[in-house]
Order: sequence, then C-alpha cells, then structure tokens
Amino acid sequence: MTRYLADTAALARKDLLLELRGRETLPAMVLFVVSMLVAFRFALTDDGSDAARGLLWVAIVFTALLGLGRAFVAEREQGLLDGLVLAPCDRSAIWLAKLLATLAFLVLVELIALPAFALFFSGGVDVGTVLAVGLADVGICAVGTLLAAMAVAGRARELLLPLLFLPLALPIVVGGVGATVAEDAGRYLGFLGLYDLIFAILAWATFEYVVTE
Amino acid sequence: MSTSSPNSRGLTLSLAAVCLLGGGVALALLWAPEDLDQGISQRIFYIHVPIALTAYACFGWGAWKALRLLWTRQERYDLESYTAVHQGTIFGLLTLVTGSIWARASWGVWWSWGERQLVLFLILFLFYSAYFMLRFSVDEGPARANLSAVYALFGVVLIPVSFLAIRLAENFIHPVVFTRDGPQMSGEMFAAFLVCLAGTLALAAALYTNELTGKRLDGRLRELRELLQ
Repeated sequence: MTRYLADTAALARKDLLLELRGRETLPAMVLFVVSMLVAFRFALTDDGSDAARGLLWVAIVFTALLGLGRAFVAEREQGLLDGLVLAPCDRSAIWLAKLLATLAFLVLVELIALPAFALFFSGGVDVGTVLAVGLADVGICAVGTLLAAMAVAGRARELLLPLLFLPLALPIVVGGVGATVAEDAGRYLGFLGLYDLIFAILAWATFEYVVTE
Repeated sequence: MSTSSPNSRGLTLSLAAVCLLGGGVALALLWAPEDLDQGISQRIFYIHVPIALTAYACFGWGAWKALRLLWTRQERYDLESYTAVHQGTIFGLLTLVTGSIWARASWGVWWSWGERQLVLFLILFLFYSAYFMLRFSVDEGPARANLSAVYALFGVVLIPVSFLAIRLAENFIHPVVFTRDGPQMSGEMFAAFLVCLAGTLALAAALYTNELTGKRLDGRLRELRELLQ
C-alpha cells in the first residue's frame, strides 16, 4: 500500500515538475477559460444569472478538455508510456498520478476562473457552486484521464477525446448546473459524489487494459 | 465449430423474428383495445418500447462480451461485443425515430426534453457513436479490442447514471408536462406488447448472428488471401 502511494506520488511529482519547468498547459488553460468567460458575457444579451451560471459549467468542461488533451502527449511523443507500463508498479498508479496532476491544474485554473466569473457576472459564486466544482473536478479528471489515455492510442487523438468525453461528462454538467441554480444543492452534490465514486472505481479497475495489450 | 450451425441458427432466428413481429403487429393493430386517451397513435407503443428494450439488451450483451474479453483474453469476444453494440446503436436510432414520431402524433412536437427515455437515448446514441469513432481510429489488434471493451463497459454504467441525471435535470430544465402513466395496460395490451418484444428481441438476435457470421467469414477470407500472397 505504501509502495503504491509512493509510486503514485513519484509519478504525480514528475508531471507537476514537467509543468513547472515547461509551463505549457497551465497558462493556456487560464487564458482559455478567461477568454471563454468574456465571450460568454457577450453571448448573453442580459446579465441573466441562471444562463450565465449554466455557461460556467460549459467553460469548466471545455477547459478541462484542453488540459486532458495534453495529459498524455509527453508520454506518447517520447515513448514514455511503454516504459511506465514496463515499470514494476501497479498500472492503476499511472492513472491515479495523472488524475492528481490534472486535478491540480484544473483546481489552479478554477482559482482564477471562479473569481473572474464572479467579477464578470452579477450572480456571483456561492458555497454550493464551489463544492460542486470541487466534486465535478474529481469526476472530470477520473474519467478524462482514462479517456485521454485511450485517445492517444488512436490516430485522430485531438479529435477523439472530446467525442469520447462529452457524453460521459453530461451527468456532471447536469449535477453541476443543478447545484449552482437550485435552491437546495444537496441532492445535486450527492449525485456528483455518486458519479465520482462509480466512475473512479470503474476507471481505476479498467486503466490497466487501456495501456496494455 | 462447423460453419453450418451459425447459418442455420441465423435462419431459425430470422424466421422466428418474422413470425413473432408479424403476429405482434397484427395483435397490436387488430386485437389490442384502442387507447381511450391517445387513440390510434398509441399503437406505436407496441413497436417503440420493445425496440428501446431491445437496444438496452444489445448494449448489455455487448458489455457482457466486453467483460468476458477482458477477463478471458479470448479474441473472439471482441467481434461479438462490437456486433452487439452495433445492433444496439441501430435499435437506439430506431428508438429515437419512433419516439420522435410518437411525440409528434401525441403532442405536436418532434422533440420533447420532458421525455426521459428519448433524452437518454440521445445521450446513448452520442456515446456509442463515439465508440465507433474510437474503433475506427485505432489499428486492428489487441489494443483496439481492449479500448473498445473498456469503452463498452463505461456505456452500461452510463445508462443508469444518465437516467438519474435526466430525472434530476427535469427539476430545472422544465417541468414535466406530459406523463405517460395514466391508464394502466389491459391484459390484451400487455400480451400484444410481450409478443412484439419477443419479436424485436428475435430480430436483434437474428441480425446479430448474421452479422457475426458475415464478419467471421470476412476475417477468414482475409487470412486466406494473405496466405495466398
């Protein structure tokens, strides 16, 4: 168990270090989400807060897609994935480490995106929204990391990931928008938690088959 | 395994499908009492709902074969899983079409977000369309078999989760205007429905068997051709 955690930590640290030195993904994600929020402000004719809060979720899902699309690029381009698969560690540790790294990126981006949203739109951000974003991030990264590993195996990888991901992310959008606009956010948060649990277990159990033959 | 057995099984299933579907449609149109509320348009129910249930059965069957593939590593399950998902997608598309016709006949609109089953099938159709994109973008081999199997497994898990999501979304998308649980089905209606369900299931099984036979023949032909070259 400690071995598993140590492997995961080492792999996650590698991804974070790579980003810290290269600074490729994170600035792009921040710019993208802020540009998208600005575009949404002009797409809405009034400051209608319900519609704006719905669009916040579109922004989050698309920004996550941007990050997930980059998640396995280094591994693929440098043939690192084969080495990782051959390494004497549990394959699901690769998934868990990548999940943690993408989750860290996404949370950092949202630390900028949510205040920007509150600044641009009059509706503001309440506690329910913040909790929902946190829960949704876990689900997005759990499913998205597995799908990103799938997509890099194909020929049309940038094209493939959104197609694979969006139908699976629809329940997250429903839960997130619900928690943001409804009076009682509890049931939607519960749903998001349930989604995280189910799909995290499924992704954890099946990741090995995605990277091996 | 002899080559004649799947062929004859396909033939038997096809005959069963023709008889059951013909009988079921006849029962649904002539024997089952007309719905007092919706009139003739309600009779599409006898086709729409069995097709939807058959699509679920196909997706479930495809996922079961996918699980078998990951479990036993036997190559043949890949083709079986793919064929089942393929049939499921066809029946899913038919569900969307018949549901849309029914919505038009009953409520005057081609699409209603209040109809849970239809919305669910739209999500599933998008999901399984991506399944084909995934399959066609990866080269044939064990890697493709694994990826397809994992994605097919995600599909059956997505069905209940999406259903729950659609029920939750109704609270804020728009209120449910139409409910279909008014009058209960009478005995005759239920009997006609069951015959139709058996018919569509037999049809799916026949299509599945025939497609599988064809695909296997195709694969063997390709192997033979490669041997000759």
